[in-house]
Amino acid sequence: MNGERGAWQRFLASDFFYDFKRSPVTLVSFVIVVTLILLAILADLVAPTNPFDPASLNLMNGFTPPMEPNAFTGETFLFGTDDQGRDLLSAIIYGLRVSLFVGLTAVILAMVLGVSLGLLAGYRGGWIDSLIMRIADIQMTFPSILIAVLIFGVARGLLPPDLRDELAISVLIIAIGLSEWVPFARTVRGTTMVEKEKEYVQAARLIGLGSGQIMLRHILPNVLSPVLVIATITLALAIIAEATLSFLGVGAPPTEPSLGTLIRIGQDFLFSGEWWILLFPSVTLLALALSVNLLGDWLRDTLNPRLK
Amino acid sequence: MDEFIRFEHLGQRFDLSEPLLARLIYRRPKKFLDAVDDVSFSIERGQTYALVGESGSGKSTIARMAVGLLLPSTGKVLIDGHDLHDRSRTEAEHRRIRQRLQMIFQSPFASLNPRWRVGSILAEPLRVFGLVEDRAAELGRVHELLDQVGLSASDARRFPHEFSGGQRQRISIARALASNPDFIVCDEPTSALDVSVQAQVLNLLKQLQRDLGLTYLFITHDLAVVRVMAHRIGVLKSGKLVEEQATAELIESPQSDYTKMLIRSAPRIGSIQARTGMSQA
Repeated sequence: MNGERGAWQRFLASDFFYDFKRSPVTLVSFVIVVTLILLAILADLVAPTNPFDPASLNLMNGFTPPMEPNAFTGETFLFGTDDQGRDLLSAIIYGLRVSLFVGLTAVILAMVLGVSLGLLAGYRGGWIDSLIMRIADIQMTFPSILIAVLIFGVARGLLPPDLRDELAISVLIIAIGLSEWVPFARTVRGTTMVEKEKEYVQAARLIGLGSGQIMLRHILPNVLSPVLVIATITLALAIIAEATLSFLGVGAPPTEPSLGTLIRIGQDFLFSGEWWILLFPSVTLLALALSVNLLGDWLRDTLNPRLK
Repeated sequence: MDEFIRFEHLGQRFDLSEPLLARLIYRRPKKFLDAVDDVSFSIERGQTYALVGESGSGKSTIARMAVGLLLPSTGKVLIDGHDLHDRSRTEAEHRRIRQRLQMIFQSPFASLNPRWRVGSILAEPLRVFGLVEDRAAELGRVHELLDQVGLSASDARRFPHEFSGGQRQRISIARALASNPDFIVCDEPTSALDVSVQAQVLNLLKQLQRDLGLTYLFITHDLAVVRVMAHRIGVLKSGKLVEEQATAELIESPQSDYTKMLIRSAPRIGSIQARTGMSQA
């Protein structure tokens, strides 16, 4: 049998794909997200200059407005330049890479943590369940950005000063990941409590499988579709959280600017007339976060049979 | 006749008390429910014993204790004279005993993992008990099992949702047969099925019992099914065994009032026999 081709054709004929084709908003969001992700991955090939390389910067190019030749060097930049003479288009493409990388890895961390704790709480019940869910409740009473700032601050305090900039991105990922695990855990716990009563789980217990194997092999595949929806929506949250932290100056270091860092830099020059330094990174962030969110909403509606 | 499994003074008590704090504040006593209360009976090798009774009478609780899914609060389950719940046994010994006990569940929709292909569902017990040497032997055994329950070998590649209720119950039976068990607990295996399909599944179970010498504990509330399947019947009421007799005697001359009431309220008695032309057990 031609498995690969069969699967692809089944996908094209599925309700899932039909729904997708019929929603123009989803199509546009999908194209935007894919374009931005491709730009981020191919940054080295696409970007006109490398904004992280100080040797390529020419201070004389500073504050060049978009699409106008620079008064001294005569160079033209599509999105203009910042105070250091850095090409904004390149800075945005590379910033997108940092933002997406931090967002995706933070979501993966939150997902692994939340799904494991949710499975454990739902399957075991009793005091383990109470402990995990009370921690989740307590964490939910604080805004997640506050949790992230707290974790970030503590981690920086513990790290030796010469490693701080180097590890800033990793700390950022951990901080955002730890602040977003609760929705995963809650959803997975609820679904697990339903699934574990089903007879296929009894059948697995009957042949003597341990709790770990039952959770991973039997229950996990059956709780994953809501997880996919939450992961998409959390991705938008994580990207915004990263931008917020970087905007506040506690996130990505200035040597590796993310979109949030660029917006912070741009904000300094807004009132002196250099509007483009703020505008372009902000629009990119908005397009990214909004598209991811709209995709998440569509996914939630499509995968939830009760909303049809 | 030799005895295969014996239940001795089996009891299951569930704690239904409110949480500790609520009990202290409202001064409520602890509350218990005796779901199964001092039940003793035994099943001969190769025979079918049916437990009948209304919902909540403790049938399913006994079924779960019989296969080791639930630990009895009191009493023992003896299999060939060995205590099923003996804690002093090693893991390897437990594994050997578990392999001999299997169960067929009530709902054909919840008893098969929806994300697994039928082949993997049937192969799992084979792997867990180390019954096959390699992939080829595993596949061969899976095909053999499917054939045994009247499905085709190509069904191994399909998912449970592609089958009808009756077919799924066949898959469930095939899974129970995978570990070569001696004893199968059937927990209302036909109550979720169409009447026409019920007879087919019952026929299959009877045929397998003849071919493989299986011992069944049959849990049901349907007296018509019991009459076709069972050699002996135990009547359960509120966790207690109120009457126990060979099938024909129990149906012809029930002793307790409760059994008489059950028989009177079963309008379909004999109807399955009429449909399938099956003889009484």
